[in-house]
Amino acid sequence: MTTTKKRWIESDGAVSVLVVLMGFFVGTILVALVGKNPLNMYKALLQALSGYNIDNGRMNVRYIGETLNYSVPFILCGLSMGFANRVGLFNIGGEGQYIMGLTLAQTIALLGPQVPVVHWLLAIVAAIVIGAIWGGMVGILKARYEVSEVVSTIMLNYVALYLSRIICLQLPGATTYKTANFPKTALIENLFFQKITHNSLLNNGIFMMIGAVIIYWYIMEKTSLGYGMRATGFNKDAARASGIPVVKSITISMAISGAFAGLAGGIVALGSFKYGRVLAGMDNYGFDGIAVALVGNCTALGTTLAGLLFGLLKNAQALMQGKQIPKEITFIIQGLIVIFIALRSALKLYQEFLDKRKLQKEVGIK
Amino acid sequence: MSEYAIEMRGITKTFPGVVANDNVTLQVRPREIHALLGENGAGKSTLMSILFGSYSADSGQIFLDGEEVFIKNPNVATALGIGMVHQHFKLVQNYTVTENIVLGMEPTKGRLLDLKSARAKVAELSEQYGLSVDPDALIEEITVGQQQRVEILKTLFRNANIIIFDEPTAVLTPQEIDELMEILRKLKSEGKTILLITHKLREIKEVADRCTVLRRGRYIGTVDVSDVSEQDLAEMMVGRAVKFEIDKPEQAAGSVVLSLQDLEVRDGSGLVKVKGLSLDVHEGEIVGIAGVDGNGQSELLGAITGLLPLAKGAILLDGTHIEKLTIRERIEAGLGYIPEDRQKYGLVADFTIAENSALKNYYHERYKKRFSLLDFAAMEKDADSLIEQFDIRSAEGAATKAGSLSGGNQQKVIVAREISLSPKVLVVAQPTRGLDVGAIEYIRKRIIEERGKGRAILLVSFELDEIMNLCDRIATISKGQIVAVNRQDEVNEYQIGLMMAGSRVEGAQ
Repeated sequence: MTTTKKRWIESDGAVSVLVVLMGFFVGTILVALVGKNPLNMYKALLQALSGYNIDNGRMNVRYIGETLNYSVPFILCGLSMGFANRVGLFNIGGEGQYIMGLTLAQTIALLGPQVPVVHWLLAIVAAIVIGAIWGGMVGILKARYEVSEVVSTIMLNYVALYLSRIICLQLPGATTYKTANFPKTALIENLFFQKITHNSLLNNGIFMMIGAVIIYWYIMEKTSLGYGMRATGFNKDAARASGIPVVKSITISMAISGAFAGLAGGIVALGSFKYGRVLAGMDNYGFDGIAVALVGNCTALGTTLAGLLFGLLKNAQALMQGKQIPKEITFIIQGLIVIFIALRSALKLYQEFLDKRKLQKEVGIK
Repeated sequence: MSEYAIEMRGITKTFPGVVANDNVTLQVRPREIHALLGENGAGKSTLMSILFGSYSADSGQIFLDGEEVFIKNPNVATALGIGMVHQHFKLVQNYTVTENIVLGMEPTKGRLLDLKSARAKVAELSEQYGLSVDPDALIEEITVGQQQRVEILKTLFRNANIIIFDEPTAVLTPQEIDELMEILRKLKSEGKTILLITHKLREIKEVADRCTVLRRGRYIGTVDVSDVSEQDLAEMMVGRAVKFEIDKPEQAAGSVVLSLQDLEVRDGSGLVKVKGLSLDVHEGEIVGIAGVDGNGQSELLGAITGLLPLAKGAILLDGTHIEKLTIRERIEAGLGYIPEDRQKYGLVADFTIAENSALKNYYHERYKKRFSLLDFAAMEKDADSLIEQFDIRSAEGAATKAGSLSGGNQQKVIVAREISLSPKVLVVAQPTRGLDVGAIEYIRKRIIEERGKGRAILLVSFELDEIMNLCDRIATISKGQIVAVNRQDEVNEYQIGLMMAGSRVEGAQ
């Protein structure tokens, strides 16, 4: 058996970068095929990333703020998916956990005590807790009764959506699509950010997101809880035979996973809107989080970068439309990236094929 | 007619990262029993898969009776008169013997299935080769030895002249092995050419005419079996002198440490697999469980370790009941376990050696730092010392992923972990399965050392050699029950074989 040196293709991070580039490459071709100038797409992306409008040479920092703000729920929902995935679970319920977080945050924003700091803090903590409960339920069902988490999370997504409508329609000033405005004490706006980014929606949620990323990394990589969870995710049988409490790992991981998505819901509710929304459909952050986690290989850093990319694409949509590029191209690029991620194993096969060819040459076979 | 029935010249086959066969030559004379000997991973199975058409060689030629043939797939091999008896039988459990044999080439009369003529042919072949198989029996009702004969009949039914046997004795009791040897001789006398893949030297001495030895994918040589001793063959296989017997000092056993009392265990579907099983293991004693695979061994292991629930009975470790404890509590109570399936239950392949070494005690004070951080540095340090003590060979030391280690080194990681936890009871299942001779020697030596330290060791193995070599007492299991418990020096392999098949032996307790 010969051991070979680690190649770049074996590094998951490098493959993710390659996959993103491939997504953009094919996206560019598609834009050209429908007769638009792909350059305009990149101009929009540059503007969303840096605020610089290359056509008129003007700078508007607001775009940076918006990109960051859009990234927050993507990253948090990515962490939600990623955390469960590291323990070997497939949490499709990020959306439901997000909706529950959003709903409870809205409810407390409208009905809670209007004390500065306490008010929004209470709403955010409640969003985290309800997300954890919504995810933890799935964990208990999975660990105790072997209910597939895929099925139960999908079903709970709908329960969450309609439960949210029932609750929000009871809130003060509720119409079919919105409630009364939130009191000032419930908002997580950051006046300093608003000032330096020309009134973007960037808010204190970004600090909570950064905190969540650090907690994710800390639990997963540094604590004995994370060690047990990773062992469970890699090899459940060996973990169990070694005395690792697998049932507990699964339940806790789903709860933590739900907490991230719940936090995302709370931040969107209190940061991006000044009123409660009566949801007619899903926001899809929870679903996009699956793609974010996959692109980010479920690591803290990777998921953060992937979430920023998705935030950038989302923010660039409006700018693209202004340049006659159909905004749907961003969805296509996202979709392509996910497909290419799935092709990762194909890349590995190709590498094995190359290895074999090389080896055959070395041992002198035609 | 050519001198050789089969000639494989310069066969080379590479897999990613491995040269499985490197310019291998095999020359088999007509009507001989030709053994193919080599350790695990020596390339025997690859070579036979190429002959049978399951793999295609990267280079090299195959001649049958002097004519070059191109065996693209197993159908071509069958058409050329090559048959293979696989180690794991490919039989449909609820079909009859005849139905299994005709499967894939069902004889028809008009458009209707004609089992009658097939049945007659099966009966005739069975008679001719002394296989005594009932053509109408259901597969699930006959013994493993008979199932193997059905596989042989399958090849004969397809007019095979060359029959490849892939490790045929791995699943048989000693009596069944004797019968198989008889069948091989009969097949030879009826004009068949036999290729026998094995790593068991005794069988080669007993039945084979010539033997080709492979080592690490290379052809080492072909010898007349009558000219060489088992020791010679072993040296050819391993490449150095091998010690067969292990020094096991006499030692008096102490008090009872592990006591199994009237255990009943069911499998996943509720079937009783272990029934009324009682056994004591003393301090400083190795007790072996001898038996054919599937007689309740894995359920027994599951119940002791806590992986399976115990339906009835009690398990005492040092006088304390552990049958209701969690797996972790049992480990804390002093239960060590070296599992049979090391990749599934023993290791986390994506974890490093350091992480795997701490799999059972990572939560101990020893690895705790402030803010509930894990002390990975301490883990690596401990792993480094285990790597040194147990001679674990790896590319990057403690940071090497367990999955990238060879089988022998993976097993060493598990053995090192279990021994380093100083258990009172060490439950060991198939500790040397799939390992090369060097690693086997080493692992067995370590187990004997643990016995010397006063551990109570329960060894489950399907290799009678291993049981006879290592154990102080031998409990023979059949159909989930202990048939008898004997001191190692009062029974021989033949008697144990009889008991494995379910019968009691005169004089045994």
